Amino acid sequence: MKLIVILLAILCSVPAPALAKEARSVSDDPELEKRVIALSEELRCLVCQNETLAGSQAELAVNLRNQIREQMKAGKSDQEIIAFMTERYGKFILFRPPVDRTTYLLWFGPFILMLGGLVFLFRYVRRRRELIVETPLTPAERARAETLLRTESGKTTT
Amino acid sequence: MRYAIPLIIFLVIAAFLGSRLRGGYDPHILPSALIGKPAPDFLLPELRDPTKMFSPKSLRGKVWLLNVWGSWCIACRQEHSFLMELSNDGTLPIYGLDWNDKREAALATLDELGDPYVTSVFDPDGRTAIDYGVTGAPETYLIDKEGVIRYKEVGQLNPEIMQNKILPLVRELNK
Repeated sequence: MKLIVILLAILCSVPAPALAKEARSVSDDPELEKRVIALSEELRCLVCQNETLAGSQAELAVNLRNQIREQMKAGKSDQEIIAFMTERYGKFILFRPPVDRTTYLLWFGPFILMLGGLVFLFRYVRRRRELIVETPLTPAERARAETLLRTESGKTTT
Repeated sequence: MRYAIPLIIFLVIAAFLGSRLRGGYDPHILPSALIGKPAPDFLLPELRDPTKMFSPKSLRGKVWLLNVWGSWCIACRQEHSFLMELSNDGTLPIYGLDWNDKREAALATLDELGDPYVTSVFDPDGRTAIDYGVTGAPETYLIDKEGVIRYKEVGQLNPEIMQNKILPLVRELNK
């Protein structure tokens, strides 16, 4: 597990143009810091794309967190800051993609696949049922089956 | 016939995945949200002379390139010789945005490799870069006479991009 984490960290840092540096300029107001972290969790780090802005140590992420912190200090609302970010980086920066024309496939694709699977399953089962042709027994077969059943039940009762 | 449908599904998926692999698809290249929008204004000190301030407003009426770079950026070093060629040609003025950098290191790089920029501005905390939606260096913006961003290249410029994408646009913008 540890190895995986390390490997991921290496993989993630290699293509990043901005290399990670230590975190800095964290304000001393814990309430503000909480807000910064909460909002950073809604935004994507654009260098390490599977990470949130809160979790990334890429330099760009640090810069962006500083930007968020400053804007919060200046009294901006979360919505205003998100609008600021999407204006510059596009909707891709939102960690939770909004439902719009470009993301319909993302949001509804799995349901369409499931629906397709259900239709397939339904038709398959129906077709199989049609394949099994029920042929009535001939009188000779019926008599044989009855003797078999009788001896079987006779065994258990004695 | 029974195998046709799974085979078709397989081929469709394979074609999709293959196109992503072969097409040089890079998930780090995002569509810019700023193309067709006014280039964000800024007022930053010049790299060589911190007492001089530079604003893109002073370039109204010109078509120019803004190149985001840093002395720490390896790809920028690789791009550098092409920028030198471009600046010697005089096709387009190139302005630099020295991003997340240290002044001495940046100046040392320019002394070593040559300076393709009319001037470079210094953005040590990446504030202006955020306004431009920069995600990595190098990135280059083509800005028109009205100060509107017309094109953005993420990654290194090269002769091919210049010939096929930027120069045709420049010709149109200079009309």
